[in-house]
Amino acid sequence: MIAAAALFLIALACTGTASAAEIPLAERKSDYEFMGRETRTMQDDDTANPATLWVLDGETLWQRKDGSAGKSCADCHGDARTSMKGVAARYPAFDAARGRPVNLEERINICRAEKQQATPLPFESKELLALAAYVGRQSRGMPIEIAEDARIKPFLQAGRDLFTARQGQLNLSCAQCHDDNWGQKLAGAPIPQGHPTGYPLYRLEWQTLGSLQRRLRNCLFGIRAVSYPYGAPELVNLELYLMWRARRMPLETPAVRP
Amino acid sequence: MARALINAPAKAKRGDVIEIKTLISHVMETGFRPDNTGKPIPRDIITDFICKYNGEEIFRAELFPAIAANPFLTFFTVATESGTLNFEWTGDNGFSATESVNIAVE
Repeated sequence: MIAAAALFLIALACTGTASAAEIPLAERKSDYEFMGRETRTMQDDDTANPATLWVLDGETLWQRKDGSAGKSCADCHGDARTSMKGVAARYPAFDAARGRPVNLEERINICRAEKQQATPLPFESKELLALAAYVGRQSRGMPIEIAEDARIKPFLQAGRDLFTARQGQLNLSCAQCHDDNWGQKLAGAPIPQGHPTGYPLYRLEWQTLGSLQRRLRNCLFGIRAVSYPYGAPELVNLELYLMWRARRMPLETPAVRP
Repeated sequence: MARALINAPAKAKRGDVIEIKTLISHVMETGFRPDNTGKPIPRDIITDFICKYNGEEIFRAELFPAIAANPFLTFFTVATESGTLNFEWTGDNGFSATESVNIAVE
């Protein structure tokens, strides 16, 4: 199977004519549609979806007072079910104070640092994932909507350039798999279109919840490229481009993936 | 304490076969993996699960290192009378978690 995958990758690497055409909006499919029946059932039933455990933890954390300000998320934002509705569908979003887009995890940590006077939570920590999953859950079913204003455009373009740039020892771009060859197989597994509609999500391979950045770093490792560290601007730009690419698709957070 | 989720019908007709689904958060560390320094990570798994229906044991499972994290167990029973379903998970390092749900049988 590994030999077959290697052959496929070599074949990809040899085809010099990168078409790099974006998938027409109407032909986009969530990665959900590439999954088996059992995995879909797991995602659809909240009591079978292991990510629910994180959502419930996030609900508890939302109420917990923290930092030297002694405030909880709820003290400012109230009931997340109303105040956080649709928020995750708009991230990454431009942060005027920083002059760059920030993703949802970064936004949570900015809030922690500035409003709660608390230490930021490490990327991929259980607590940060739980809060992101809880906030994300409030937007489930809502369409992804990235504000496409002049301030965000250069970052969006940088993300798109990264998506289409060949990199790593295998000299592959994201687009070569996810734009040009989606629906085909790589080592027996279908290649999805790569729309980040369900993050943070429970990946069976990880046996835990993980962020989009974790997934992107996985993919970079797969093409033997040097991974960017968590929170790197390159990863946020890529997240931004991917969310824009999935615009108007419904959010599934927290999803299950194989 | 570990978080657990139970999906069982709140109401059932006498004699009905009902499905009970349980999900619990646990790392299920196999004991076979090394950490970054090459030292083995000690085993930490749930070893036993018991479900009791009004005090009577109706389902028991032994769990082993090959079972994935956050074990999801589903099983069936016959709704005989109104009462309580008690669930108990025990495991390594003194792990213990309990949960219960009520069921009304008419």
